Amino acid sequence: MGILRELFQDYRFALGFTFLSALVILAFLSFFSPYDPVEWLQVPRDMPPSWPHILGTNSKGQDVFWEATFAIRNSLIIAFIAALLSRIIATIVGLLAGYKGGVTDQILMFFTDGILVLPLVMMLILVASIMKGQLSLIGLGILLAFFGWPWDARTIRSQVLSLREQIFTQTAILSGKSVLSLVFGEYMPHITPLLLSTVLSNMTWSISSEITLAILGLSKLETPTLGTMLYWALRRQALLLGYWWWIMTPIILTLVLLVGLYFISVSLCEYMDPRSRLQRATME
Amino acid sequence: MSAKTLKIYLIARFLQYIFVVFLGLTLVFFIPRLLPQDPIRAIIGQFQQHGAGLDAKTVETMVTTFQELFGLSGSLLTQYTSFWKRILTLDFGPSFFQFPTPVSQLIWRFLPWTLGLMLTSTIAAWLLGNVIGGIAGYFSQKRWAKLLDTLATVIRPMPHYVFGLILLILFAYLWKIFPLGGGASIGKNPSLTIASFLDILRHSFLPVLTMVILNGVAWYHQMRLLVQNVKNEDFVHHAKFGGVHTWRLVSQYVIRNAMLPQVTGLALSIGQIYSAAIIVEIVFSYPGVGTLLFEAISRADYNLIMGIAAISIFMVSTLVLIVDLCYPLLDPRIRYR
Amino acid sequence: MNLLLRLENLKAGYLLRSPNGCKIIPAVDEVNLDVLNNEIYGVAGESGSGKSTLLKAMFVTAVEPPLRIFGGKVYYYPQGQEVNIFALPEPEKKKLSWQYISYIPQGSMSVFNPTRRIKTTFLDFFRSHTERGEKELLETTREHIRALGLNPGVLDAYPHQLSGGMKQRLAIALATLLKPRVILADEPTTALDVVAQKAVIQLLKEAQKESQNTIVLVTHDMGVHANITAKMAIMYAGKIVEEGPTEDIFKESLHPYTKYLIESLPRIGDKRAREGVPGNPPSFLNLPPGCAFHPRCPYALELCKKETPPLVRVSAERKVACWLKSGG
Repeated sequence: MGILRELFQDYRFALGFTFLSALVILAFLSFFSPYDPVEWLQVPRDMPPSWPHILGTNSKGQDVFWEATFAIRNSLIIAFIAALLSRIIATIVGLLAGYKGGVTDQILMFFTDGILVLPLVMMLILVASIMKGQLSLIGLGILLAFFGWPWDARTIRSQVLSLREQIFTQTAILSGKSVLSLVFGEYMPHITPLLLSTVLSNMTWSISSEITLAILGLSKLETPTLGTMLYWALRRQALLLGYWWWIMTPIILTLVLLVGLYFISVSLCEYMDPRSRLQRATME
Repeated sequence: MSAKTLKIYLIARFLQYIFVVFLGLTLVFFIPRLLPQDPIRAIIGQFQQHGAGLDAKTVETMVTTFQELFGLSGSLLTQYTSFWKRILTLDFGPSFFQFPTPVSQLIWRFLPWTLGLMLTSTIAAWLLGNVIGGIAGYFSQKRWAKLLDTLATVIRPMPHYVFGLILLILFAYLWKIFPLGGGASIGKNPSLTIASFLDILRHSFLPVLTMVILNGVAWYHQMRLLVQNVKNEDFVHHAKFGGVHTWRLVSQYVIRNAMLPQVTGLALSIGQIYSAAIIVEIVFSYPGVGTLLFEAISRADYNLIMGIAAISIFMVSTLVLIVDLCYPLLDPRIRYR
Repeated sequence: MNLLLRLENLKAGYLLRSPNGCKIIPAVDEVNLDVLNNEIYGVAGESGSGKSTLLKAMFVTAVEPPLRIFGGKVYYYPQGQEVNIFALPEPEKKKLSWQYISYIPQGSMSVFNPTRRIKTTFLDFFRSHTERGEKELLETTREHIRALGLNPGVLDAYPHQLSGGMKQRLAIALATLLKPRVILADEPTTALDVVAQKAVIQLLKEAQKESQNTIVLVTHDMGVHANITAKMAIMYAGKIVEEGPTEDIFKESLHPYTKYLIESLPRIGDKRAREGVPGNPPSFLNLPPGCAFHPRCPYALELCKKETPPLVRVSAERKVACWLKSGG
């Protein structure tokens, strides 16, 4: 708990945390929505914000506020699935490559670098354009996970490499510790903070990618997500017609979500930086 | 002594380059074939959606024709070999929505715009981001540096599309300073005159600005981190003790050493920069590969999509190789062993 | 003028800031020191005794956060004038640094810019102090290197191409470049093999003899002190506990700590087991009351636990801070 208190002293963490909590609450509200998220023409169309439609309605005849709650929820789910899966892949690859070294490492890194160099959006578009409109939330999550792991696999690998050089590794091996218990028992505490900060940056990336795909019309357009809201708003010329509430809502929500996530990850990163930890330890 | 290490480095890079292109293009080949969706059925389905009532026989003929066109006839091996044959001759078949213009011709027409956008904004973003990041990193205690930091942190996570859209709304819609899109004014053909040049400049400004700001802050952050480390190195302290002038210190000792990982970083980020360029082009209807891709997607022009994918992979990998080859020029530790 | 450097009641330490508050770690505690011309002055002590901090505090441009001066004064004597360096404006400080006094830091291997040739670093140091042209400066540098017995070709190399010992010697060459009156050397022989150590010590001796200036040499290696220093001071827990001519100190040391330090050196013909100082050096955050050495001292008196002994003169050239020797 002391950790939380220290983290909150960093204004970035406090701000990011507030943003994120607000959005999570909004996402929860979606369970109480009086409207079905997919149906069109449930309310009068194109009305500016007023009670009871506090964020107005859109051209499809949906309440913008309640659509937004679903959008946040779904975007978060996609991001979460993608981040979780890619963490698992990245950890396995990173640990293997870092610990085994030699040929295993070279092969794995060849592949990882290969995927890294490829223009991701290109590949995403390629896959998505073929699966056009068929990708469910989970499917999208899996797709994003598939392209999201290489960068972090590299980061984890460097960490494992430096851990391997440490004396405690030799000691553990000499005293008969099995490889598995060494890797999971001893290394994990060092890797976990790394995983945490990369989870957040990965989520940020996933949300951005989802938006990009949706705007291009490549995801399941009936499911409300931050990206699909933008798609429909642009498609129906919300800007030119002056329905600013329809297009600004997803834009502002996206900004708040991304900035919030990023602020948290940046402050976490700095907190976990060994130099600042040293400083804090000297303080005690 | 030096030539050998350099040679090994170059050979290794080159091999990796070949491998990456190979891997990427193979992926382009396999992905459509591995997905549950049958692209041909999808296209036929689209035709049927648009009202064309087709009987079974016509559908059969269409399927075979498409199979031919897409190289989907014959065994997997035959397909793979003919795929490579076509790649090497840069023949991607005819475009769908611009039948019968060959895909390669379309791409060549749009590619220079993308390259122009990418190169100018990448160089500008890298230089600006690194220099500003370096100076801000060195003087990190000053108020302006801290302000810059917060600004950069807020801008950093924004998706390219959203940021481009915001700039478009602000500077082309609300304050009509820049045009709403396109590469040159409608009706004018780009020529080698000053007027034409200025016209292109006006149209390119917002897309370039979007790219430079968004990519620039990433470099800014990275450089700041690097400089924090380099700042505390022994040789920097020592130079300070000796009274070396601050400007020389910042440029020759700090930035020069912090820059090295940034060059490798540049190589790794070219793929991302390309992706960003595509998106930005779509926002501003800039006549580059991005807009072409967008059209291709909306009309399910499969050949065009494949062609763009293949060219993209090839182009990005080549750019990465070029950057990688420049690295030894900056790090004497690789040049001389 | 014989006096080159004077420390008066110098107090220095480290100030750490964090969101939770500030922490002060003292390292130099009321040190008084006079450094004269044309001698090699040694400062000995264990790791953590404050020797490196003392050296840094003596060097006018080396004091930067988190290192701070908490009290006392440091005087230089350029052209015989007494100058309080803490009161100097920045440009004056920069002028004095390297021309009046220079510094060889611990771990001199990493003193050179890895992406530039050695000669560039030398030129950079030169350039900030004179207006002469580059060609002239390069010639002077080459001459300087040659005079020290090093191959001038080394200037065209990159740091990673040279050995540790070579880099250390080049660091010394860098420090003597502008012919300063005082050279501060922090552990110049640590992290070197014995052969390189000998070369470095040789170089220092010759450089000093050549320019007749002063070297303040900090090292925990008592053997090095015996080898080249003429006068030395022993530091413990931030204070000087003994001072005097090296030969006298080795022949008959007055402070119990000094005795231990010298006894721990191997001697030819003496086959007895070496005995080190028992216990551990105290942490600056938790100094024992009275004399800081008393927990490890076999002769500790009751007085030693309560009051800190001052550094007093016991003969013409010797000083010691111990209740055993200075009455009480």
